[in-house]
This record gives sequence, structure tokens and C-alpha cells, in this order.
Amino acid sequence: MNPLIFDGDMAVGGAGASASAPPTAGVVTRPSRRALRRVGFPILAMSPFVIFTFIGLGIPVLAVIDHAFRTEKGHLTTANLRVVSHGVYRLGFENSIKLSLIESILPGILGVFLAYAILTSSHGWLRPLVTTASGVLANFGGINLTFMFIASLGSTGVLTVWLKSVHLDPWNYGFNLYTFYGVAFVYMYFQIPLMVLVITPALGALRTSWREAAQNMGASNWQYWRHVGVPVLLPSILGAMLLLFGSAFAAYATAQSLTGGIIALSPIQIGNLMNGNVLSGQVNVGYAIGLGMLVVLTVTMVLYGLVRRRASKWLQ
Amino acid sequence: MAFQKLKVALVAAATMSSVVGVGLFASSNAANASTMVNWAKVTHLTKTGPTSMTALVKAAKKEGKLNVIALPPNWANYGQLISGFHAKYGIKVNSENPNGSSAQEVTALTTDKGRSIAPDVIDVGTSYALTAKSSGLLAPYRVSTWSEIPAALKDAKGYWFDDYGGYVAIGCNSATVKCPTSFAQMLSAKSSSGYKIGLNDSPLNSNSALAGVIAAAVANHGSLSNVAPGVRYFAKLNANGTFVPIIANAATVQSGATNIVIWWDYLQASGISPSVKTWKVVVPSDAAVGEYYSQAISSSAPNPAAARLWEEYLYSVTGQNLWLKGEARPVELAYMQAHHQANAAWLAKLPAIPAGANSMFPTTAQIAAAATVVTNSWATKVGAG
Amino acid sequence: MASVSIPGEYAFVDANFGDSPPVPATQRRRRVRWWRGVVLLVAGAYFFLPIYAGLKFTFQDIYGKFSFQAVKNLPTAPGFHDAFWLSMRLGLITVAVSAVLLVPTSIYVRLRLPRLRPLLEFVTILPIVIPPIILILGVLGSAPLWAKSSPYLLSFEYVILSMPFVYRSLDAGLSAIDLKTLVEASRSLGGSWVQTIWRVVLPNMRPALLSAMVLTLALVLGEYTMALLDGWNTIPVWIAQFNTASDGHIQVAASMIGLVGTWIILTVIVSLDRSGTRRSRRRVRTIQTTKEQ
Repeated sequence: MNPLIFDGDMAVGGAGASASAPPTAGVVTRPSRRALRRVGFPILAMSPFVIFTFIGLGIPVLAVIDHAFRTEKGHLTTANLRVVSHGVYRLGFENSIKLSLIESILPGILGVFLAYAILTSSHGWLRPLVTTASGVLANFGGINLTFMFIASLGSTGVLTVWLKSVHLDPWNYGFNLYTFYGVAFVYMYFQIPLMVLVITPALGALRTSWREAAQNMGASNWQYWRHVGVPVLLPSILGAMLLLFGSAFAAYATAQSLTGGIIALSPIQIGNLMNGNVLSGQVNVGYAIGLGMLVVLTVTMVLYGLVRRRASKWLQ
Repeated sequence: MAFQKLKVALVAAATMSSVVGVGLFASSNAANASTMVNWAKVTHLTKTGPTSMTALVKAAKKEGKLNVIALPPNWANYGQLISGFHAKYGIKVNSENPNGSSAQEVTALTTDKGRSIAPDVIDVGTSYALTAKSSGLLAPYRVSTWSEIPAALKDAKGYWFDDYGGYVAIGCNSATVKCPTSFAQMLSAKSSSGYKIGLNDSPLNSNSALAGVIAAAVANHGSLSNVAPGVRYFAKLNANGTFVPIIANAATVQSGATNIVIWWDYLQASGISPSVKTWKVVVPSDAAVGEYYSQAISSSAPNPAAARLWEEYLYSVTGQNLWLKGEARPVELAYMQAHHQANAAWLAKLPAIPAGANSMFPTTAQIAAAATVVTNSWATKVGAG
Repeated sequence: MASVSIPGEYAFVDANFGDSPPVPATQRRRRVRWWRGVVLLVAGAYFFLPIYAGLKFTFQDIYGKFSFQAVKNLPTAPGFHDAFWLSMRLGLITVAVSAVLLVPTSIYVRLRLPRLRPLLEFVTILPIVIPPIILILGVLGSAPLWAKSSPYLLSFEYVILSMPFVYRSLDAGLSAIDLKTLVEASRSLGGSWVQTIWRVVLPNMRPALLSAMVLTLALVLGEYTMALLDGWNTIPVWIAQFNTASDGHIQVAASMIGLVGTWIILTVIVSLDRSGTRRSRRRVRTIQTTKEQ
């Protein structure tokens, strides 16, 4: 049924629009008025959302693109783009992309296992506990997280001291929180909960009936997952990984407080230009970095779309 | 005929009363001339008359409030300066965004323009004062003690003027580690020495951390104009395992993550010493690099008289000594010491400049150049370690 | 539903919160048990260790002994009070605006414009893909001065930031109930649109609505980057910049209390609702079964 058709007493609001008599009952309603109602009301109903989203999301994005092409005085230029495609800003992009790839794949896989372990646990209390914890931890980060890790795994951290007493000081074996991989290690603290949060409903949709059917047909565990479980889940997993990529790409305060700029990352560089105490008057370079990040994310979304279409082909 | 005489009499009376009225009006105006002064345009006080100190106090009290921004109470003792100003003049001080950055202060001048909460005065890194001046956001003003401020530390026309400063200092937890007194000592230490050296923030983001890198450069055959050796210094520290790149503060010291912090001497005194009883602060013997912050008055200040009175207060002997109490070095210190106006007890608590060390103050141009070099090489040189 | 369908690929929170899937057969349980234990143990260690370290530091005084001093001094720490109330105000307003904007929209689209659903899903996922730092960059570069002078500009943007979670949650909630039937039933019994939405649809969406609000609140209370760059002292910003105060224990106490406190509030809200969920689902099933008769 075409939901846009003016539908008897299901009429959506509006004085006079609730005429229950069908349009053919004697009175000929002018086609343009019907068409107007058909199109006008949906537009009216959707306009708060559209306007809100345009103002809150569309305009800022357009502003970023615009400012990236302007000098501090307002003239059009490509100088900012040239600056950010070289040197330390280019390194920032490379590092950010590398970090985000790691932080979408690794926590993605670990998150699936964790979510599945919790979902199939016989302890019913575990699930709501973990879901709320995931909701909180997925938004956690920054200087608080950095401190907690330093206090537990720093050179004088709780665990380090304990391990030192059994002569297993991880720092002596090359463990270092303050490096690229240290940052990656810490990022997982909010990436894994995000994955758990996103993938749990999809995992929950895996019908046990399918599992039982597969078993009845003699499939082993491995075969079930290979031919039923993973293909069904793959679109959701890929979607979740895209979200993880975006989340890691955008993370700002954690890396900033953990490594103080010795690792070039794009969000940190934007922060230094926009909000620092040192580099005044170069704000539009920050916008150019922002534009670069938007480009990377758009490319990622397009790639994801292509991969997802392939992965969900069999579902059609 | 009688009517004509009446007309003349009425006209005469009207003329007389208007003349008297104008006269009264003019004289009352002369008496209230001070309320007609546009304080936003006043550039300095006069000894008497409508722009004297007395008139300023009266006008400021009439305005009744002062808007300041980004002044943490324990930064150079601003807490006591604010309460002292309020106690002396009864003017309410609204302290907005106490932990804001210099960038945010200058932005607030634009975004809050025309609103009653717009900042009246700012206290920023000098390069930000220069940016604000070129954007027309500042009003020139020369305080009464203008001549006591060294020429190199103020704008000739009074658009900005330095207020207090300090030296890059090495703070150290004497209970857990043997305290170094120079950059050279820190460099030669291996990781077995237990040194965990931190900067208070990233030098790409923080004025004081950048000054720390400049000081390291000075101590290593660089100079105020050549900061590359400073970057190499921290790269070597990182390679030695003695550098901890996190944001160092009281929490990291208390938890043991850092036991040596390179930061302004006065901020170590207020930020770490109170809760770490064994904290010692020294100026490095191989580099005495200092910097001053700058005051400026907004050209669209909602309370221009109060703003100017605040500056007069800050640059009075009382105000300068309160900064001294916060272990910062007030800009008029040299004059005050020569004229025995500096509080001896507070002066004694300042970390001593080591004998033979040359006090250096980088210019804004040198700082900007250093910022560019550090931005472009910090990640590649230090991070690659 | 006869066909295989996977409800709401991006449903962030399962609206049917309290029900775990039916217990699998015993022999399968034994097979998975050991690796599940390992996974849970490792995950538990990774996540709890930093929290333990943070809590340990919170309950220490400046001499290293056990003490409640930091927690006691927190409410009177300079700036804490203002930051706390600012965060609360922003959170409540964001939740309210979000609900008022998205509940009618998602109901309307579900009822009337189902073809628009994929487009809506795409639009509401954009805020996750567009980093908050870029969003605030754009806002600072485009918003009028009067907006930038108000903290509620942050609320406006937080509604955008939370859109993915809120819309997905509402959508999942709407998927779980038979919206068309409910609305038809209510309307044919003479209910107005307002009555239908307020007294029939919304109560059935309560778990979804609740989880949406709770996730939004968690987001606002933890959001740092946008508040920092916009220059407002919300709780996360206050905690991070409190390093100019000389006691690190207070700074860490604030962040640990924030973490644990938010988690407790969320758990309480969600647990309280579990009983409500079962009741309302019985109501829905009753309507459906009576209809079939």
C-alpha cells in the first residue's frame, strides 16, 4: 500500500484533511490540491528533522570545506591544502589512517568474540551489566583514561610493580605505553566496548533455529560458522568496523595526553592550531586538515558500501 | 499697545529664562564633566581633572563589575589579586573560563563582543597580544607606573604591556630521585638513574613547554633563534628512556609516573609544591630562559573604567607584590628592588638565578620561529626514538 | 514474518533488553565453555585493572595513605559546582530536544514514508563518521555570534552527535512492536493522533526510548573535544584542566566518580525498566491475540 496515499480515517492531522469520504464521492477534488496534500504534508512533517540536521550537520561541514580554501583574511587559496599534504601534516594523516585501520580490525574481531561470549553465557546478569558498561566506556577517554593506564601499566603502575617483584617487568621487555602501539593498546579500551555495543543485537538475531537446523543436517561447528554464521553477520560486522574506524580516527584527547605530540595524528594537529597557546593565526590550516579527514572518511564509507554490497548479496 | 508690551515682556522673560536655563545646564555639566568622560578612549590618567585617579575610581565603582577571563586562582596568585581588588574597591569580578587558553581569550573578544559578559581585559602570551592588536581588538592604555616597565616589555603606544613572568625551571621530587640542576645532567643520565622527566604539556600546544625546548636548545649549543638542538635533546632523552611524553602535573608526580618536571618556576610552586612536600624547584645552571605574559584592555570592554582601574591596581606596588607572592616575577621588579618596594620575604622565595647564567628572554618573533620548527620536527625527531 | 530478516543492522541497543536467547543444548554449552571463560577472564582483567588503579589513587591522600580526602574535597573544588550543573543542564536539554525531534519523525517515517528509511539511516549515521572535532570546527566557523556565546549551542550539536544512537534505538523499538496495528486499533476506537502516540505508541516504546535517553546522557557527560574547543567548562573539560590545582587526587577522584557514577545510574535505570518491559510486551501480545480471534 502506498503510504503516501491519502487514506480515509488514517489521515495524518490537519483541519479538514480528515474527510472520510473517498475522493470519488461526487465532489471532484482538484488534482493539484490532492497532490499538494500528498507531497505537502510529508514535507512539513519531515522539515523539523531536515532543518535541524542541515543546520547542525550540513552547514558545519560546508563551513569546514569553505574555510579550508581561504586565507586568514578571507581570500580564496589552495595554500592550506598544499601545507597539509606535506611534512608533518601528511605524516599525521598517515599515522591516523594506520591507527584507525588497526583499531577497526583488531577490536572488531575481539569485540565479536567478547559479545558472543557474553551472549551465550549462562549468567544472565552478565548481559545488562556489560551493555551498560559498554555504553559508559565507549564514551570514556582522554586524560582520565591515560591516567588510569599510567597508574596501572606505567613504569610505576600497580601491575608493573607487581610484575617487577616476580622479575617480569614488561618495560624491560620492550613494552612502552608512550609509542604508536602503546596508543593503539590504550585505544582498545573504548573501541572494544563500542564494538560490543554495536554487534550484540546483530548477534542476538542469529536464530538458534538455524544452528539447530545446521546441526540436524550434520554440520560441524566450524561449518556452521563458515557457511551460515559469518556470512549472515558479515554486513553487520563490516558496518561496525566502519564505525570503529571513524571513532578511532576522531579520537583526540587520549593520544594528546598520552604522547604529548610526539606522535603526529591529525586530530591533535587540529587541536594545536585551533586551541593552542603557541601557533596563533593559522586556524585555516586546521580547517584544511579537517577537510582531509572528511575526504578519508568519505573514501572509507564508499569502500565499505562496496564491500557490504558484495557481502550481503546472498541475502537478497 | 498694552498687548504689545505684554508680548515684549513675555519674550524677554522667555529669553532670560532660557539663558538662565542654559547657564544652569552648562554649569551642572561642568560639575558632572567626569561622568561624560568616555573611559574607553582614555589612554592614560592625569593628575587632576576628569581623568584623574579619583575620577577613575568613581567611574569604575559606578560600573560596579569587571569581566576577566582565563585567570586560574592559583596561577601567579590571581586568586588573591582578584579578592584584593574586590575588597579595595567593592567591584565584583566575574571570572570566566578560568582554565581557558590564550587562543580562547582572543576568540572571546570577538565572539562575546557587545554582550555584557565580554572580557574587559586579557592576559595572554605576547604573540596573541600582537595578533589581537592587529585585529583591532585592543585599546591603548598606559598605567601610572608606565615608566617603570622596561621598554622591551611593552608596546610603545600601550596596546599591550607585560605583567609577570618566570623562568623555565627543573622541578624534582627529592624523595625519590637525585635532583639534577642542569640540562646537561639530565642528558647524561641513563634510564637506570630512575629519571622520569616530563614537560607540563606538548610544546606544540603550550607556551611553557615550548620555552622548555628553547631552554634545552640554549643549553646545547643552540640559541634563542636556533631551537633545533632543543628538539634533538628531547629525542635523546626519549631514546635514553628518561623522557615521559605525557602531560605532567601534580597527579603524575603523585602517582610516580614523572619525578622531574620542566615548567615555569611559579607554576611549579603553585601547581606541584603544595601537595608534594619534597618538591624542589631550581633554575637550570646552563640555561636561564624566561618569558613574560602580557596584559591588554579590550577595545569593546563593557566596563572600560573598571578595566583601567584593574590595570592600575595590577601595576601598583600592592599588585606587583601579590604577583611576587605567587612566585612570579612582576615586570616592574627591577625598579621595585632599586626602590625597596619589593616584599623581601617573598623575593627570597624565588628560585635563584644560578651564578654566571645569562638571563634570556626570547622575543615574539623568536618564539614564533621556534614554534614552527618544533611543530615540523617534534613528531619525526622525538617520536621516532 | 515468514522471510529471513535481520532486524535493524545498526540497532545499537537491543530493545528487548532483558531476554537472553534460549539456552542452547547442554552438549554445545560444554564445548564453548572453556574458551568463553578465557575470553571473559582476559577482557575482565584488561577492563578492570585500570579502574582498580584509578580507584586506588582516588582513595589516597597526598602521603599515600588510604583516605576519603579527595572525594570529600571534590564538591568544593573551585569550578566543580558550575561545571557539574552545566553538564547536567546540557544533558537534560539534549535528551529533551532529541526526543521531541526524533520520536515523531521516526514514527512518521515508519508509518508513512517507509521508503525513506534507508536514507534516514544513512543521514543519522553521518554524525558517527564525521569526527566531533571537525563538527565543532565547522560550527565555530559558521555559527552566528549570538549562538557561540551560549552553551546551548553545544546542546544543539550534542543532539546531532547522539542521533545515531537515538534513532537506531527508536527504530529498533518500533520494529519490535506492530506499529501499524496499534495505531489502526487506537484510531478506529476513536483516539486522536495525540492520544494514540502518547498513550499507545510511546508506552510500547519505553525500553527503546529509555535506552536512547540513557546513551545520550552518557554521551553528553563524557564529551570532551567539542566542549573544550567551544570554550565551555563542562565536567570532562573541568577534570582535564584541573591540573592547575595542586592535588592530583581530586582530579582523578572526579573522573573515577564520573565513570562509576554514570555506570550505576545507567544500570539502575535499565534494571528498573526490565520489569516494565515484560509487562508491556504482554500487553502487546494480548492485543495481537485478541485481534486474531
